[in-house]
Parts: sequence; structure tokens; C-alpha cells
Amino acid sequence: MAHDSPLALKYFYIFNSNYGQKEGEEAQKILYFFPPQTDLDTQIKNVGLTEAIIKFTETFNSHQKCESLHTLKTRQLYFQPEEGFWMVQVLSVPTVTKTKEGVDHLEYQSDEIQDNVYWSVLEQAYRSFSLFNGTFSQILDDYDLTKLRYKLASYLSKYLSKIKLQHADILDVFHGIQFLPLDKKTFLHVQTVVNLLECSFPKIRCTAFLYNDQLVWSGLEPDDMQVLYRYLVSSLLPAQMESELQGGPIPRQSNSFSALHYGRFASGPTNLQNADIGKIPKVHLKSSSGSVVCHLVIYRALSATVCMLIDEAVSLEIDFFQRLDVFLGQRLTKLASEIAEQCSHGSANSVSAESGAKFVYYNHLNRAQKSTVHLDNRKNGNISVPSDVLRILADLNSDFRDRKPSTGETIVKTMNDYWVVGKLSNLREFYVVIHQKNANLIEINEEVKKLCDSQFKSIFFSE
Amino acid sequence: MDESADGYYLELSSSVVKFDSVSKVTNVFFDDTNKQVFAVRSGGVMGVVVKGPSPATSTDFCMEDKGPVVSIKFSPDQKVLAIQRSKSSVEFINFLSGEMDAVEYSQNCKGKSHVILGFLWTNNREILFVTDHGAELFQVVPEKKSLKVQKTFSLAINWFVYCPQTCLVLLSSGTLGNQMYPLHVKQGNINKLSRFDVDIPVVPKPPKLCLLERDITLAVLYGEASIIILRHNPRGTGSPGAEVVVYTLLKMMTAKKTHVLRLDLSGRFAINVVDNLIIVHHQASKKSLMFDIAMRGETDGMVTYHQPVVGLQPIKPFTLSLPPVPSPVHTEPTQINCELYSPNWVVFQPNIIIDAKLGCLWAVELNLQPLLTMINDKCLLVDFLMKRADSKPVVIQVLQEILEPTVQNYSHLVVVAELFDHLNEVYCSFLQSEMQSHIGTPASSSLSVSPSKLPPLSPKPWIVIDQSDMYTNVFSKFVDRSRELEEGSSGKFEVWVLLEYIRSLTDFHIPVQHYLYELLINSLVQHQAYYQLHQLLQYHVVSDSKPLACLLLSLESLYPAAHQLALDMLKRLSTANEEIIEVLLSKQQILPALRFVNSVGSVDQVSARKFLDAAKATGDQNVFIGVFKFFEQRNLRLKGTTAFAKGEHCDIYVKHYASLSSEQTV
Repeated sequence: MAHDSPLALKYFYIFNSNYGQKEGEEAQKILYFFPPQTDLDTQIKNVGLTEAIIKFTETFNSHQKCESLHTLKTRQLYFQPEEGFWMVQVLSVPTVTKTKEGVDHLEYQSDEIQDNVYWSVLEQAYRSFSLFNGTFSQILDDYDLTKLRYKLASYLSKYLSKIKLQHADILDVFHGIQFLPLDKKTFLHVQTVVNLLECSFPKIRCTAFLYNDQLVWSGLEPDDMQVLYRYLVSSLLPAQMESELQGGPIPRQSNSFSALHYGRFASGPTNLQNADIGKIPKVHLKSSSGSVVCHLVIYRALSATVCMLIDEAVSLEIDFFQRLDVFLGQRLTKLASEIAEQCSHGSANSVSAESGAKFVYYNHLNRAQKSTVHLDNRKNGNISVPSDVLRILADLNSDFRDRKPSTGETIVKTMNDYWVVGKLSNLREFYVVIHQKNANLIEINEEVKKLCDSQFKSIFFSE
Repeated sequence: MDESADGYYLELSSSVVKFDSVSKVTNVFFDDTNKQVFAVRSGGVMGVVVKGPSPATSTDFCMEDKGPVVSIKFSPDQKVLAIQRSKSSVEFINFLSGEMDAVEYSQNCKGKSHVILGFLWTNNREILFVTDHGAELFQVVPEKKSLKVQKTFSLAINWFVYCPQTCLVLLSSGTLGNQMYPLHVKQGNINKLSRFDVDIPVVPKPPKLCLLERDITLAVLYGEASIIILRHNPRGTGSPGAEVVVYTLLKMMTAKKTHVLRLDLSGRFAINVVDNLIIVHHQASKKSLMFDIAMRGETDGMVTYHQPVVGLQPIKPFTLSLPPVPSPVHTEPTQINCELYSPNWVVFQPNIIIDAKLGCLWAVELNLQPLLTMINDKCLLVDFLMKRADSKPVVIQVLQEILEPTVQNYSHLVVVAELFDHLNEVYCSFLQSEMQSHIGTPASSSLSVSPSKLPPLSPKPWIVIDQSDMYTNVFSKFVDRSRELEEGSSGKFEVWVLLEYIRSLTDFHIPVQHYLYELLINSLVQHQAYYQLHQLLQYHVVSDSKPLACLLLSLESLYPAAHQLALDMLKRLSTANEEIIEVLLSKQQILPALRFVNSVGSVDQVSARKFLDAAKATGDQNVFIGVFKFFEQRNLRLKGTTAFAKGEHCDIYVKHYASLSSEQTV
């Protein structure tokens, strides 16, 4: 459906009601406002309205804060990540022009905005910010309000410019991780290389291993891994691959011919002969004692990526990177080719099982996600089902979330012969989309059962 | 260099064989076939004292003096004594009843002018004469006091060497003495093996004998007959040192030059073979070198060049205790320190050292313990130890040391990984040969491949460290120790080591035993590495089992995802449907449990009471009514009535149902 005006981010702001309590000082409440060129008056008005709505709705249910506000032209989503701090995302509802009795008029497509999807987008923004900057209160503790405003402005303006709101869907709700299917032997090889790395370089706190955009191993806590994974897959790795494709830094052959390898740092020094170690991002990880700040050093060889998290206190010198390079270069190159071989074996087998049914799978416990609805991981709207059908998935998910059953199944048929089946069992969600004319419920049920049997041979998934 | 009490890896056997030392009246002979020392006093008139390794091979007797004895040897069964006193004949004395027979009989060699270089008992009743013109094999018939010629072989011979273990005789021919004719004497037959020439670095002019008997050692190394040749001036005069060349007689067929041992020394050498190792004694420095041809070295494809496993090290000093001899003239000290590497030493194969002047015979023995500090490369050390006899405790000790959870060892994980691969390579080939030998047995001959393909079953040369050894001796202890330390990183190390071991086993396609998985999981749980455990299970690194699933269920309160993992595992086991139902009911998932029962087709078998009880416990009336109706339907289908059978004890649920439906009607 062609929109006259697409879904767009109208405002994005963060405020804390505890600041600027006196009249005339309202501007102090605002920590961040997008678009930044908005005049202060509009900013204050928006924040004031939001404050009022939140306060007002509290009178009905003080346990559950208000999450969204629907208006004809906008959709507002509210998220309180930390006590007192509110993040607000205001979206303009997309419109289409319809002709009725010869008269054109605008129609607002408010059902194209799903609360659960965009609320998750908002939450992700917060989690992503705090991964790289720490929580709001941490920044306040360590620095001051000015620093917090500065950090929010510098991080979020970049973040918001990259966000692809039109293509947000059920996967944003899950915010999951794709795991690479591997056999035991290859996985053990990955695991032991990671172990060797960690024990040879005790400075490394933990490690994550990815192959292409799929995770193989993570030593991080799942919550952190989720956010880091999103960053790697949506931002760092595509940029890396682009520079690799353009023949950027070619596999550097430092000094030995025998040790041919393709390893290099994706975060860290680009040239190991220089003393310049490059810009290394810092991340804030959860730990049993609050949070720890770590350097994020990333090393790549072929399609394999190793993320090493090193305590902030450790000062990184060039010789550390040189030793890392010597240790990882060949090992990782070898490992990457081994995985590549495994994957080509695996994909040859699975192609035959291709049927018309598409699915999205998510496991809440290990954050594993798999989708055949989405053709890539780039969030460019490259999907194999119509977007209105895809939206049904998020609706079903929202329904499961509201009703909180331990197991459940919902079947939806659309006007254009799409069947969407949502299943929930054992903390796993499974959504199947089948396009079949003149099918009946029994046939669809059969089809889903077949798919379950082929996909879930090794897990307990209630029928 | 560590020269403390236990710093010697070579030592002389504590059980020394004492005999009369060589003097004007006493001649001493050593028979390396029977390991007997003969002390012949005054040509035998004053007595012949025989000392062997056991009382059965030790004896003494007197015989007539018929001239100086050149050589004297018993047959292997000690029934016939052969004495050589002249150049062309050998005399025999029977000891058939254990007592010496009064009559001697004699055998001349064939050619009148031939000179007997020596004789060899190749069998209880078989003797080989080696003359300067060839070899003659005789059958000895002691009952008839005569010998019968069996085989002869003609060749101009300089000297010969014999290896009793393999019955291999090596004859030297040619002016230079470097033409080698190996003979394999076997059951009345002389099997001529193909001749080979030992290259002589510098041929003297005029040509003369330059390869000497004393430079040749015959031995068995790793099950193969080997010819060890000492060369004083190797080719390429750039390197001044001597070297040892090893020819291997592959399957007793052809000799091939296979190894060169670099000595980088010159002077007098003697060679012993102990536990498949070549020990080169160097007299000038009074120290010895040790070589192992099984170790890796530079190779040109045909010949491997070896450096010593351990550099120059002396033999452990030996103190000889003498019985106090009451003597009026001079009082001898009761203890004397034997001079090591003495010029009076004579070395015999494989590991005999005789000091003719002291009258002592020792065996050279290997003490593995000191090598632990002498060989720094742990992989090399373990490789070396694995090939030694009875080295298992020492190997385990090495493993225990390197797996001690110390900060220093953490950085050694790379070495540990390599070490495990070495251990498991041997383990794997052991398992394969085991399997082949099983297949080879006639009982399962239907399964066997063509038997000719099977390799000859050689005696297992290596020790094997299997999973249970690792578990009982290394891992379990190591885990206990790291528990005591209770430090964060030690837990990681423990998991790392276990994973590395499992990885190595998997690489060698060796099925991993369940106790290793248990240990791994326990360590992960102990250190609360639940997410790591989750990922290991996700990739099926750990094999499924009911006990493991139960362990996971018990972890749910610590790690919620364990419940899902447990259910998945039970499902994969496919024999645990009962357990799945129990788990679901315990979670009050009554309807999923019923659906599961339905899907596995065991509706007719499950206990109605169990379900009704669980349904009642949920407090959800609808669930209870649903379950009740479901079982009524079952009753109807199975028995034609909705009523429950007496044996099912469902009366209280029937009542409960009745009360619910009355409520609803009200």
C-alpha cells in the first residue's frame, strides 16, 4: 500500500519530572529532545502533556504505568527505564489518500503501528544506549547532568538516524539472537579456541564468537549479548563487510610467509606496526556486583568474528594486540574454513525441506530466534510475506503476552487466503504463515504439524 | 645440573652378579644368549663356576684341562655344554641328568684349514659354527654323542654378531668388512636375507678392515630387529663428532638405513639398549646419551636424524657391598664405590655391563622419575614416557602436575590441549587394534574383512591412558583440589581442561564416557556457569541421559531455563514419556500433559487418578471438568460405560465432579 506520508518518528524525548519542579524551570526536565531544532516551547509542551497523561492514568492503575497513547495522527509510546526517567517516542501515523464519492480525503492507518513492536524499539534504544554509556543514574553518579545530556545527545542522534522504523516488526519484539547450527565437533573446536584464548590472555573477561551474523558462542550474560548482538549484526559487521568488499584493509602479511592468515582487528589497531591502537569502544556489562566497563576488542578472520571484552582498568598496548594477532590469526582462519565447510554441508540438506510455509521462532530462554519470513538480517523490509500478514504475528504475540498462557495456539485466516498460526509452548513461540487457497483448518493443522516435526525433532514442543 | 640423589635416570641394577675376577689362573666368559658368566679356573681343573640370572642357570663343575678355553656356552636348556679350545673344533659335554657326563665328544668344522670364529646355540639342540669361510648349522644329538650337519653357507667372513632375541646373525665380509650378510637361523634352516653395504666414510689406502665387530650392536627396537652401527668419522668432515646409524630389518626382510643419531662427541663409545632406547656411553666424559628412534627428528624422507632425548648424564654411582672377608694379610673395605665407565667395562646386549676386574655383572636400568625435570617439553616428555614400560604412574604424575590449578598452569592450556591429542592418538589406535582383533576372531568371522588385511598383532608397545585413568587419577583429584581453593579462575580452568579433553576425544572419534560429562556439568553448576552449560547442551556436546535430565530439573530454581532443557532432553531420549508427564503435571500443565499423552498414543495406559488429582490441585474448575470428561470418554470407549473401575480409586473425584456440577446447576 503506497503511503502519502509514511510512518515516521515525530518526536523522541527523555525527561525526568524530578528536575525543574518550579514554574519557569520546566526546560530543566528535558534531557534529550529529537528533533533537536524543535523550539523549546514545543519541547516543554510535549513533555508537560506526557507528564500529565502518565500522572492521570496512574490514578486508574498505579501498578502498571501507561505505555502508549493513541491519537488520530500520532502514536506515543512511554517507557520508564529507570526511576524518574521517561523515554517517549512519538510516531506520526502513516496516511493514505482515499477517494470517496469523488472526494479525496486522508485516511490514517493507525493499525499499522503496533504498540508492542514500537515499544520494544523504544526499549532497545535504551538498552543500546546503556550498553555503551551505562545507565542514566550511573552517568549521574559518575559525572553530572550536563554529561548525561551530552552523552544522550551524541549517542541518540546517531542511533535515531539509523533506526528503520518502517521495517520494525515481530523480530524487534523478540530482539533475539540467531545461533549458528553446528555439529558437536565443530562447536567444541570453537569452544576450545575461545577457552585457549581466555586462558592465554587472562585480561580477557569474556568472549563471544560469531560466524557471519550468527552467534556460535557467548560468554556474556544473555541480556548483554542480546544488545551486543544487535549492535554487531546491524551496525558493526555490515560496515566491516562493506570495507572488506571494497578491498579496504587487505589481509596484512606482517612478516612471515608461512603463517598465511586473514585475521585483522575490526575494533583495535588497523596496522600492527604502528603504536596507534585505534578507537576501541567501551561497553557496560551487567555483573553480579552491579556493572563493569569493558573494552570491546573485535577480531575477524574470513567470516568468523571474535569479540573480546577486557576490563576497562587494563590499559591496552600495541604489543597486546600483536600477541593476540599471532595467537588468533591462523587459528581463527582455520576455524572459519572449518565452519564454512560444515555450513555448506548443512545447507545442502535443509534446502530439500523447503515448503511453502514460512515461520518465525523464538525461544525466550536462550533468546534464540529463527525466521524464514525474513530473507536477510538487515531490516530492509526484505520479507517473504506481505507486511500486513507479518503484522498479524506481532498481534498474536501481543495476545499471548496479555493472556499469559503457558501453552496456547491461535489460528488466523486472512481475506486473501493467508493462514497464520501462532503457537506457544514451553516458553517458545512459533508462528507459521501458510498461503493456500481453499484450505481448511485440518489441512493447515496438518501442515503445521509437519513443520513442527521437521523443525523441532529435538525439543519438547507441545502439539 | 641437578645431581641430587634422584637426579640420575640411568642406574646399575642393585642385584649385581658377582664372579671371580680375571686373573692369571681364571678366565671369564660371558654367554649373552643365556646371560651366564663362566669363570674357568686353570682350564677347568680347578673348577668352572657358572652364574646366571637364576639359580637354575647357576652351577659349578670341574673338567679336564685340555688346553686354554676359547669359548664356553651351555645350550639354552642347560643340557649340553659346548667348549671351544682349538681353531677347528668344538667339544661337547652332556649334562642330560643335570650331572656332568664323563665323556666329551667333538665336532670339527668342514674345511681343514677353516678357522672357527665362534659358535652359537640357536636352539636347544642346534648349534651354528661361524668360520672364516662360512657358517655351518648342526643338529646336536646328545644321546648319540654326535652332531649332524643340517645346512651350510659359504662366504669369506671377517667377523660376526648374533642377536639371540631374533636369532639374527650378521656376517661381515669384504676387505673393508662393510658387506653385511644377515642370516636368520630358524628351525634347522639358514634363511639368507638380502645383503647390504655399510658406507665407509673414508676408504683407507691400501684397503683394510675398517668396520669392526665392536662397532656393531644388534638389538630389537620397537619390535623390529635393528642393526646399530657406530661410526667414528661421519662423512662431511665439517662435523667432528661420531654418529650412530640404525638399520632396521623391516619384517625380517631387508635392512634399511632409517635413523642417524647425532652424538657430537668423539672417543670411545659403548652401546646398550634399554626399553627400546639406545644408550650411548661415552668413556671420556664418563657420561651417557639417550636416544629414542620413535621421537621426531629432522628427516629426508628415508632417514631421520635424531638429537639425544637427554643430553650427557652420568650413570648413578654404584656402591658395592662386599661380605666381610676375614683375611690376615689385608682387610678389605666392606663397601667400595665402583668406578663407572671404567676401562675394564665390557658391554653386552641388550643392557649388560660387566666389570671383568671387579667381577661384577649389572643390568643397566632406567629410572623415569628424574626425566620429569630433565625433559622440559611436556608433550615430548609424555610422548617419550608413553613408549616406556610400566610408565603409567609416571605419565599420570606428569598430567597431575600440569593440571594443578596454579596460575602458571593456566597459561599452559595450549600445551595441555596438545598433550591430550597425543594421549588420545595412542588411545584411539589402541581401540582400533582392539576392535580389529575382535573382528578377527573366528566367533564373529562373518563380520570380518579379509584377514590378510589385518596387520600382524605386535605386542602392545605403548601404554594407554584411557578415560577412566584420566578420570580416577587426574580429573577427579584435580576437581577436589580446585574445590579447596575456591577461586574464581580455578573453576574456569577445570571446565577448560575437561572441555579440551572432550574435544580431543571427539576429534579422535572416541565415544566420551558419561562420567566425564557428569564431571563437566557438576563443575559448570558449581561455578554457576549456567549459560555456558545451556550452550553446551544446545549444541549437544553433552550426551542426553535421564540422570542428566533429572539434574537439570533440579537446577530450575537456580537457572530457570534448565526446565526447558530438561524437557527437551527427555523428549529426545524418547524412552522418558512417563517422566515428561510427571514434569508437566508437577507444573500444573494438565492439558499439555494430556495432549502429550495423546500424541505418543498412550492414552489408554495412563492413570486417570494421577491426572484428576493434578487437575483438582490447580483449583481451576474448568480444567478439572475437562479432564474428568476426557477420562469418562476413555472409560466409555474401553469399557462401554463412563464409570470408573474400582481399581482406579477415583471415587473422590467422581464426588468432586458431582459437587462441581451441582454448584453449576445452582
